[in-house]
Amino acid sequence: MNNIRKNKIKDQAFKALGMLFTFFGISILVILIYNIVRVGFTRINWDFLTGLPSRKPEEAGIYTAIIGTLDLMLLTVIFAIPIGVGAGIYLEEYSKKSKLSSLLEINISNLAGVPSIIYGLLGLGIFVRYFNFGGSILSGSLTLSLLILPIIIVATREAIKAVPPSLKEASFALGASKWQTIRNVVLPSSFGGIITGIILSLSRAIGETAPLIVVGAMAYVPFVPHSLFDTFSVLPIQIFNWTTRPQQGFAVAASAAIIILLLITFIMNGIAVYFRNRWQKKLQ
Amino acid sequence: MNDVMTEETVEAKIETSTPEKYKLHAKNVDVFYGDFQAIKNISMNVKPNSITAFIGPSGCGKSTFIRLFNRMNDYVDDFKMDGKIKIDDTNIYGKKTQVEELRKEVGMVFQKPNPFPKSIFENVAYGLQIQGIKDKKILTQRVEKALKQADLWNEVKDNLNKSALALSGGQQQRLCIARTLAVEPSILLMDEPTSALDPISTAKIEELIHHLKEHYTIIIVTHNMQQASRISDYTAFFYMGELIEFDKTRKIFTNPEKKQTENYITGRFG
Repeated sequence: MNNIRKNKIKDQAFKALGMLFTFFGISILVILIYNIVRVGFTRINWDFLTGLPSRKPEEAGIYTAIIGTLDLMLLTVIFAIPIGVGAGIYLEEYSKKSKLSSLLEINISNLAGVPSIIYGLLGLGIFVRYFNFGGSILSGSLTLSLLILPIIIVATREAIKAVPPSLKEASFALGASKWQTIRNVVLPSSFGGIITGIILSLSRAIGETAPLIVVGAMAYVPFVPHSLFDTFSVLPIQIFNWTTRPQQGFAVAASAAIIILLLITFIMNGIAVYFRNRWQKKLQ
Repeated sequence: MNDVMTEETVEAKIETSTPEKYKLHAKNVDVFYGDFQAIKNISMNVKPNSITAFIGPSGCGKSTFIRLFNRMNDYVDDFKMDGKIKIDDTNIYGKKTQVEELRKEVGMVFQKPNPFPKSIFENVAYGLQIQGIKDKKILTQRVEKALKQADLWNEVKDNLNKSALALSGGQQQRLCIARTLAVEPSILLMDEPTSALDPISTAKIEELIHHLKEHYTIIIVTHNMQQASRISDYTAFFYMGELIEFDKTRKIFTNPEKKQTENYITGRFG
């Protein structure tokens, strides 16, 4: 009797503690967003979204930064998805379990934790200097691709691992080859997970500043990139630049830009959640 | 991956000279998973259009053995096989064997119903589509035929585009049988096909198996003694990786040669 009561009290205590921690995390986020919205929300208008950067804080806009961000993401997707998903499929389905493959596995997971500035230096060395792409949007997107590749590979592998082996067996037993099984059974079943991983990795890439600064992205770009070799700017760099200015007006503009960046990130996460739910429903 | 014997031609000659024709022929088969020997020197001949039941306690090697016939063990790490397995006088572990072709000839139904998360039609058409059959008319015909063979047609004919996962467990298992039949194999391997089903669904599938015997050679793994005695012509009793006894089902269940077989059948162990 006594023991049961003790356990109940412990149970309640842990529940309360868990709630406290949850609220702590959420309240910090709420305060952060509230502060930014309070300062920056009124600054958002059509002119701000379509305006070019300027020396005068009240005239400055984020058009080139938004387009730069979207272009950069698009290129990153084009480079990173085929390589990342392909590598994930290979590692999970084709490669034999050996010392080498487990070494690869550990290192790919480690790569996901390497500080992004290191990737920036790598990009500077390889893409900017060696291949002579310069501080272009091409160099930037290739660098970001390297940055998110490990995340995509790991996500792809996890998603493929979650496909019930019984489904693969069924496919093989009907005379399907490995590729037919991957194409018709494994990928459709893991699509939701793979897409979620890709979009979450892009949410990380979209906020990256350090590696792009190293690669040579500009804070002041008065035009949108027209070719792969044009210089570019992105929202985080614009924000970073504005926050270093002394004028109060730029702080307001930075807050407004942060709201836009958050909005884009939330939309991307929303899409990820939507896909995941849809595919889970379809699987059941 | 698999160590395969080489005196294929010699063997084949001896084989064709024997009067009795076997559909399946296993000779001196050993299977290892790493250091563990799962199958110990098993030889077995299976006649065409017969039903053979594999019985034995869990871990006795019967599932491993049935999976040799369509080479499903190939995907298991550290799997190694010695000996010879022939289907219609062709060594299926030979260097020239196309595993995909083999599996069109040797269909398999699994323990748990495992329909694809696709529509009923797509499930049955799957095996045909991967063979490159695209003609909608042929597909429709073959799907209907297979569903009728599996005694499922009347229940699903109006809902062919419905998800297969919406079917009941018994229906799903018959769908899996239909899916296998659509490929038109000549051998049907069934690994405990009714162990996850209720008695009514089980009865339906047993009846179905009985009908299928006309056109197929069937091997069924089962833990259910009554099932083995009801539906099979031959019964093989496995224990600890060895084939203890293999004979006509009636003989095994009424007058087994070995004490071990008798003990197992009467429920004294296992």
